[in-house]
Amino acid sequence: MSEAILTNPSALTDPWSVPLSELDPSQPAVFQTDRQFEIFDRLRREDPVHYHEQGLFGPYWSITKFNDIMTIDKDHKRFSSDAGITLNERQADFTTPNFISMDPPKHDVQRKAVTGVVAPMNLAKMEPIIRQRAANILDSLPIGERFNWVDAVSVELTTQMLATLFDFPFEDRRKLTYWSDMATSSELAGGPTPEADRRAALLECLEYFQRLWVAREGVAPEVGIDLISMMANNPDTQNMDPMEYLGNLILLIVGGNDTTRNSITGGVLFLNQNPDQYAKLKADPSLITSMVPEIIRYQTPLTYMRRTALEDVELSGKTIKKGDKLAMWYISGNRDEEVIERPNDFIIDRANPRHHLSFGFGIHRCMGNRLAEMQLRLLWEEILTRFDYIEVVGEPERVQSSFVRGYSDLPVILHAK
Amino acid sequence: MPSVKFIEHNGTEHVIDGNNGDSLMVIATSNLVPGIDADCGGECSCATCHILVDDAWVGKLAPATETEESMLDLNPDREPNSRLSCQIPMSDELDGIVVNLPEFQY
Ligand code: HEM
Ligand code: FES
Repeated sequence: MSEAILTNPSALTDPWSVPLSELDPSQPAVFQTDRQFEIFDRLRREDPVHYHEQGLFGPYWSITKFNDIMTIDKDHKRFSSDAGITLNERQADFTTPNFISMDPPKHDVQRKAVTGVVAPMNLAKMEPIIRQRAANILDSLPIGERFNWVDAVSVELTTQMLATLFDFPFEDRRKLTYWSDMATSSELAGGPTPEADRRAALLECLEYFQRLWVAREGVAPEVGIDLISMMANNPDTQNMDPMEYLGNLILLIVGGNDTTRNSITGGVLFLNQNPDQYAKLKADPSLITSMVPEIIRYQTPLTYMRRTALEDVELSGKTIKKGDKLAMWYISGNRDEEVIERPNDFIIDRANPRHHLSFGFGIHRCMGNRLAEMQLRLLWEEILTRFDYIEVVGEPERVQSSFVRGYSDLPVILHAK
Repeated sequence: MPSVKFIEHNGTEHVIDGNNGDSLMVIATSNLVPGIDADCGGECSCATCHILVDDAWVGKLAPATETEESMLDLNPDREPNSRLSCQIPMSDELDGIVVNLPEFQY
């Protein structure tokens, strides 16, 4: 697989110098080296609905403008999620169905069965727990010493949050991180993990969660914040087959993990790249409210979602054929100057900060979007009361994926107040 | 100009004049009525402009489109009088309409 990853290295270093047909943003190397923005600038300018005949995962359309993405995201009747939400093809002998890759009516039924876990009332109950956990993590960090922010804070906090959602045994919580990382890093999706290892990890995950399920069957969840009890006791989900259970677990583990983790890291990086914004934040911590969605826009933790056309559709003068794959590049739409003012600037006090594509729109719009925002808000509130400055002291290391835009390392030094 | 009364979850009332054709969402957000997020800006694709229409007024509204239905349906707190305020344009017939804002948007 790896030799296929760099078809034309100069498409990375100078995307304006090669023929359009040689640009392929589905190649993980593009994001691992953070070269995506010029590629998308060019696509938005020259061919905003572009057909790649030779994508890493086969032919596909790149949709790169904000309004076109919105149009497709809203049109779930003609643009299906049923064949999967990433460009790589699914393995027929190992499918883990879940509602992010289902169409109505099944999607709606399953989403409704679990959405209560992130309902506002439940979030209010979770808030003090997550705040306390964030505080504990921050209090354990070394002052004046170099360490990896990703592992010590971003991974740890999101993992603890997931453990809260599932009421997962706390001491085993890093298993959640491991399963999440394995789920998204398969070689078949352009990542570093051998597919066999991925399957083994996911089956281990299923086995573990099946034990929790059995233990909670018939037991009414006391406070309602436990997702497994919810699924095991809801008539719409209690007869789910094992691979579907696994699918929905992975959806929540991955959905709630990588994305928030990388937003936590991204925030520290962006504030360091924009010291004026960091100063503004310290002078007025109430700006956290508008900074959080801006971090999520600027990071765009999931770079795209895939759809498959169910019929021929005209879009911006192009004909998308029935059966064609499309990537709605949220990361490009989030930098579309026609919709977002000064889109390449990180501005923590934008007037309309939630008007971004990072959570998608339409019936699949991120179920956990308020939970993700809450975690980031609580974390930054606790950071500002403790530290004068989180200093980034080296280059970030980025993950090898064209779907998850993330970091594996961000070296920092904390400065006390 | 026709007017609309927004009632916040805590009971605070806002009576606001609106232009014909502007949606209730636009009227609320441009007059700083709290309680409507409108993340998608009126595209009927986020459901964070959820309102509960006073029973006396429900029948006077055009029925929800299929798209609005599918977005409303994602909300477990949906009530029979739930609507998305970006899908309700102001008109003379709606002069005096009363709508309640839910405790949270999501
Ligand atoms: C900054 C953090 C996050 C980002 C950027 C993000 C992004 C997204 C996106 C783009 C979608 C849309 C999928 C589509 O249109 O096909 C989505 C769906 C989803 N997300 Fe998130 N997410 C985040 C956090 C979370 C969290 C914390 C949870 C945990 C509960 C979560 C659970 C889900 C679920 C269950 C879906 C599927 C919804 C459906 O298909 O109806 N996400 N997310
Ligand atoms: S503003 Fe998004 S659905 Fe009404």
